[in-house]
Amino acid sequence: MMPDLGKYADTVLSAYAVSLVLIVALVALSVMRARKVRRALDEVEGRRG
Amino acid sequence: MSLWEYANPVKFIATTDRVLPALAWAAAGCLAAGLIWGFFFTPDDFRQGSTVKIIYLHVPSALMAINGWLMMLVASLIWIVRRHHVSALAARAAAPVGATMTVIALATGAIWGQPMWGTYWAWDPRLTSFLILFLFYLGYMALWAAIENDDTAADLTSILCLVGSVFALLSRYAVNFWNQGLHQGASLSLDKEENVADVFWYPLLVSIAGFVLLFIALVFLRTQTEIRARRMRALLARERMA
Repeated sequence: MMPDLGKYADTVLSAYAVSLVLIVALVALSVMRARKVRRALDEVEGRRG
Repeated sequence: MSLWEYANPVKFIATTDRVLPALAWAAAGCLAAGLIWGFFFTPDDFRQGSTVKIIYLHVPSALMAINGWLMMLVASLIWIVRRHHVSALAARAAAPVGATMTVIALATGAIWGQPMWGTYWAWDPRLTSFLILFLFYLGYMALWAAIENDDTAADLTSILCLVGSVFALLSRYAVNFWNQGLHQGASLSLDKEENVADVFWYPLLVSIAGFVLLFIALVFLRTQTEIRARRMRALLARERMA
């Protein structure tokens, strides 16, 4: 299944690893902050009744 | 129905809430399809060997780094001209996404450059203008964070965005302006003769679609967050005044 990347295996795999880590981190941080702010706003609006 | 209806924060959140799940799934699907197709099912290039597989990350991320800034420019101009808060917040929301795309483009370019050029970095026109674009992204985010008043921050960051647009365009056209340096010309063009071979081109198109959809989905989600954060700051300020 894994393609033969030859002598450039480290190069290709490191490019994919760096990119995927950054994309996953960006998505995770965006979703976590969205939830946190939403909860905090609900709380503030709840206090106001 | 007018586009300006979406300048209403409530309308913006209601509409983007409806489309976000579909957008997110489409982004994930295109990204997975493009990258799996490119990584597992395309041949090596006769000159670059297997490093050609980096194209499915490098080109789409570079494209979104530049176009992310151009989207911020349009949103900033709308803020300057029409004073719609949602547009200023959309520009703010897009900055970390564009900055991440710039880092991916710079990192994959450096990793790709080492075996092809014999160096991770060169002060080549395109590389240098891309690095400056990244510094503009950092400066833009820092300026938003440094100013307490949202309207003042939106005004100043909009001006910074106008100035940075010069480098966004330079990073796209540097190869054409200065015909020197290590970076080759555009891999993609509306002129079909300049494109890469079809066997690389089709998975690359799918990957580009994935990056574009991911960018839009993240900007929608982050703009919603900025709108809520702004409302929360306003409510807390009112509480303190009471």
